[in-house]
Amino acid sequence: MKARAFSYFRAATIEQALDAHARVGDDARFIAGGQSLVPALSLRLQAPRLLIDITHIGELRGVRREGGFLRIGALTRHCEMLSEPLIAEFAPLLHAAAPFVAHPAIRNRGTFGGSVALADPASEFPAMTLALDAEIEIAGPSGRRRVKADDFFLDLFETALQPGELITAIYVPLFKADQRFAFDELARRRGDYALVGCGMLATCAGGRIDDIRISFFSVGNTPTRVKGAEATLIGSSLDSERIAAAQAALEGDLAPPDSDEVPPAMRLHLARVLLGRLLGRLKEGA
Amino acid sequence: MSGLDETLLDDTEATVRVRFVVNGRKVACEVAPRETLVDCLRNELELTGTHAGCEMGACGACLVQLDGRAVHSCLMYAVQADGARIDTIEGLTESGVIADLQAEFHRRNALQCGFCTPGMLVNAHELLSQVAEPNREEIRDALSGNYCRCTGYEAIVDAIDAVAKARCEGGGAT
Repeated sequence: MKARAFSYFRAATIEQALDAHARVGDDARFIAGGQSLVPALSLRLQAPRLLIDITHIGELRGVRREGGFLRIGALTRHCEMLSEPLIAEFAPLLHAAAPFVAHPAIRNRGTFGGSVALADPASEFPAMTLALDAEIEIAGPSGRRRVKADDFFLDLFETALQPGELITAIYVPLFKADQRFAFDELARRRGDYALVGCGMLATCAGGRIDDIRISFFSVGNTPTRVKGAEATLIGSSLDSERIAAAQAALEGDLAPPDSDEVPPAMRLHLARVLLGRLLGRLKEGA
Repeated sequence: MSGLDETLLDDTEATVRVRFVVNGRKVACEVAPRETLVDCLRNELELTGTHAGCEMGACGACLVQLDGRAVHSCLMYAVQADGARIDTIEGLTESGVIADLQAEFHRRNALQCGFCTPGMLVNAHELLSQVAEPNREEIRDALSGNYCRCTGYEAIVDAIDAVAKARCEGGGAT
């Protein structure tokens, strides 16, 4: 239960971090909050030769408005999702999801950028970037780029990040007056990984759904948007018939993995239950 | 740009000098980069009140305060804490800030073997500094990352609940 020996480098700038990684290659890992990486090293699932500590890079910190987006620095800690007023106002879905992320002490260290970069399919925040239509800003040896969340999560723990690249910030479109959101998850105990979780963001016009993005987690290899269910709801006033149709559409949207603990049929059932509850809450908020 | 010194990579066991303020005192020690903060506190600094349990962030026995916030000392390397302020159960005890919690844990038998207790106290201390009078559900939620294999938690929740109420009334726990 101890990590293999490694060297440690504390980078002061993004350039230093990228340069160190480029020189060491696949044997280097960036470390931020470390709440998933440190256990992985202890279990020797990974055994890098160099850890590059990025937590002292000022450019990766801070939350501010930038155009029509809220720019959330990659080093923003989970606990700041609860305490930062700009997040509560302009990205309330993240604020609502934060209490469900692990335990308080983990939230004090874990970072938003780290969670998105790891892309654990059972984690709350990666899935919420999908619901929010967020953009992920990446720095790497070949410069900076922004990738839509829709194009970021590729497969199990596999993302659009290339070796040697790191997330600098996540851009979330500002929450608007005509939008509504809902979040919840089903877990055996609070703080455990969810059996199924879901977050959604809807734009409404005259009591009808103009646009809706619904994202599930703990349902497969990646956080998953349920586009069939979304399409069912467009133009509806969230009447019970349309909610039932959206619940039925999940069968085509989700293909839960085979698992002895939670069989696919059970997970699909739980997803339908959760979707029904959240759409009900969305309607009540009208 | 003062970047990576590649000679660093030649000897991954080479120790690094780190400095922290632990329980109000400046300390320096030599650690290997892979040494976790909990091992450094226990082995180098002989502060054995912080317990190493699961060593993967699940059990909460290793909680300490890092720059005023509760963190798992098994989920970070001592080198990452270089320059930080660390308060362990020894420091919190010495300063008296958790004396009422400790007395109430004792009075209500909220501990048996005591292995989880330092982590429970660090967590309870943070909870009560953020939420003046949490309800029982909030207390249980805050404790969700702290395992106790003896007590069944009920007395622990009772103790924290009693201290919260007593602090709000401005007196000691009854």
